[in-house]
Amino acid sequence: MARIITLVLLVFIMVLPVTSVTAVEPDEILKDPALESRARDISLELRCLVCQNQSIDDSNAPLAKDLRVLVRERLIKGETNAQVIDFIVARYGEFVLLKPRFAMHTLLLWIATPLLLLIGMFVMYRSYKLRKGDARSRAAKGLSVKEQRELKKLLKET
Amino acid sequence: MIAEIGHFSLILALGVALAQTILPIWGAQQRDNTLMRIGAPAAQAQFCLLLLAFFGLMIAYVTSDFSLLNVFQNSHSAKPLLYKISGVWGNHEGSMLLWVLILALFGCAVAMFGRNLPPDLKANVLGVQGSISVAFLTFIVTTSNPFTRIDPAPFEGQGLNPILQDPALSFHPPFLYMGYVGFSMAFSFAVAALITGRVDPAWARWVRPWTLAAWMCLTLGIAMGSWWAYYELGWGGWWFWDPVENASFMPWLAGTALLHTALVMEKRDSLKVWTILLAILTFSLSLMGTFLVRSGVLTSVHAFAVDPERGVFILGIMVIFIGGALALFASRAQVLRQGGIFAPVSREGALVLNNLLISTACAAVFIGTLYPMALEAVTGAKISVGPPFFNATFGPLMVPLLIAMPFGPFLAWKRGDILGASQRLSVAAIVTMLVIIAAYAFSGSGPWLAPLGLGLGIWVIAGALSEIAFRVKMFKAPWDEVFRRLRNLPRAAYGTTTAHIGIGVMVLGIVATTTWQSEKILSLKPGQSASIAGYELKYMGVEPHKGANYSEQIALLVVSRGGEEVTRLFPSKRLYVAPKTATTEAGIHAAWTGDLYSVLGDELKDGAFAFRLYFNPLVRFIWIGTLIMFFGGLMSLTDRRLRVGAPKPARVGVRPAAAE
Repeated sequence: MARIITLVLLVFIMVLPVTSVTAVEPDEILKDPALESRARDISLELRCLVCQNQSIDDSNAPLAKDLRVLVRERLIKGETNAQVIDFIVARYGEFVLLKPRFAMHTLLLWIATPLLLLIGMFVMYRSYKLRKGDARSRAAKGLSVKEQRELKKLLKET
Repeated sequence: MIAEIGHFSLILALGVALAQTILPIWGAQQRDNTLMRIGAPAAQAQFCLLLLAFFGLMIAYVTSDFSLLNVFQNSHSAKPLLYKISGVWGNHEGSMLLWVLILALFGCAVAMFGRNLPPDLKANVLGVQGSISVAFLTFIVTTSNPFTRIDPAPFEGQGLNPILQDPALSFHPPFLYMGYVGFSMAFSFAVAALITGRVDPAWARWVRPWTLAAWMCLTLGIAMGSWWAYYELGWGGWWFWDPVENASFMPWLAGTALLHTALVMEKRDSLKVWTILLAILTFSLSLMGTFLVRSGVLTSVHAFAVDPERGVFILGIMVIFIGGALALFASRAQVLRQGGIFAPVSREGALVLNNLLISTACAAVFIGTLYPMALEAVTGAKISVGPPFFNATFGPLMVPLLIAMPFGPFLAWKRGDILGASQRLSVAAIVTMLVIIAAYAFSGSGPWLAPLGLGLGIWVIAGALSEIAFRVKMFKAPWDEVFRRLRNLPRAAYGTTTAHIGIGVMVLGIVATTTWQSEKILSLKPGQSASIAGYELKYMGVEPHKGANYSEQIALLVVSRGGEEVTRLFPSKRLYVAPKTATTEAGIHAAWTGDLYSVLGDELKDGAFAFRLYFNPLVRFIWIGTLIMFFGGLMSLTDRRLRVGAPKPARVGVRPAAAE
């Protein structure tokens, strides 16, 4: 998924392959619409290995085309989506997955967000308790000697 | 000669920035007014010098002076004038120069408009701002000098990447940088406040307009990039969770959170610690974005500088500024004791929830962007983190945020009444329900979540409108009373409502186009037709054509609906001369219901051409929404009470708080 934004940058990649941006081509499409839509779903989760940050569904690189055809071949053979993905991962490594698997080495990646949310909620709760406690103890103590003196001074001034 | 003047100004600006950093801060420590006052003229001088340097480079581009290495590498004499100019920042060296120019512009603005700032705060702010300039100017002069000459000078330049030769893209970087770099203001004020030890509502009153201005520019900058990607890259996508996109999106999220929390600090003198921290973090994310993009650590099309020297330099800058600011924060945070207390259900509470969700969402983007790099550095294992990850982590956080959004403005400061707020939102809730039911009825067997998503967008819009309606007693008071209230409502209130409506409109666009997009991939021979979303497209043939610096093949598609011709689309494929690159230009027909989007593919064996056709429902709402958000910000910015240095309003009566 490689386009966009700070585009400034694109500038230096002078050696873009001279091809068009067609991605999925008409001749690849399967006759069975159900199977084709499964193929598209799978394609969106697989990374094009030569073009950095694009899914094979979007990419026009020859390798991406090979992968798209491969996905469709496996589907025709009757494999499930998971089997197809497993086959591709076995061949090309986990790098090919745009959605990383949940495992030890990606544990932090997946749990960090919910964990941070919980921590944030806890901090919110704590600081609320703290503020409430503060306010209460201040109210219970009443004004300190110094504060009373200041108050008197202010009252005199007006 | 002009290049030498530019070069000289650049180096002189570094000297001035150095003076701007040391003298005012030292003066503030010594309570020496003369030294403190040096900050303002230094900031102005620095800006003028950088402007001179920038124009020097621009003249070199416009006159195609290929004796400059930078111009030779990034320009071409046959390029249209607009792209000669935008070529100045379309490359590493030039864009860094633009970066410091904008930094100096903000410093100059403090110098000019900050007359009634406490002198020590102003001196420290300018000093901190100057120190950022010093770091980046040193970086430019030592590793990325745009004024390097080559001898002998070549006759022709190598050209600008053709996909960057586009009007929207020409102005995308300046806006993006105005945003990114504008957050340096919040950073400098935060650090200055930590140095002086004073953080009070006046501080927030100062920081908020600057942050808002930066936020607006960033919003527009990101939207332009997304808009460009949509029509230029040729597959109808508008956001790709690319690391470079994320690099600009993270400061936007943090900046959004900062805008909201600064409100609490200004009005209630509360949440100081968090606001200061967020101000530091927002600019830190901008620095990190600069690092990610400029250093080449990303394996993305964008990362072009494969030069580790630069990467290490920016990393150093980043570590010093972020580390320094955070260390200062840690040692001085106890000065910032909390002010006003509030109940969990209150305006403050709602804004805290907003911050919790937005910050967590920002963290999700941060982790998803950096985790693959960190993992590879530590274990050597290579993984990819793509859109499915972000949709799964970022998406769910937006749902409670959008649901809670309309409630916020209805809650009073200190202690709110959730039941009362719900009652006031009942009309919005009914409208939302009706839309959801209608969407289910019309969409039939579509994705079951889509109508709920649409409902979310409607809820945000209706909720924002309800707030205005409630505050002006719409349908409750006589009309002249309503009009009087409408007139008296502060612009900031309209600004909030407008920006929130913008979010709602954007949500509608996102939901509709992601769930109901239709697509056709097919091959067509001249005379053959295809149909999509009720449109009939007849392919007439392909013709060659020659542009200024490219040759292209243009296809003609006659679009009709119900037998009547609607429009003609001309999707094309271009082949640029220098550098040799192919691009596709989509043929797009825009209507309120959505875009008909056509892309010309390769020629197939039997003389037919491959085509990709899309119908993207409501896709324009995404960018219209961001524009509405921008104007919301603009309205707030023109509010008298927010205007920099404006005295507090004497007006009583309509207050921004909902409690009336």
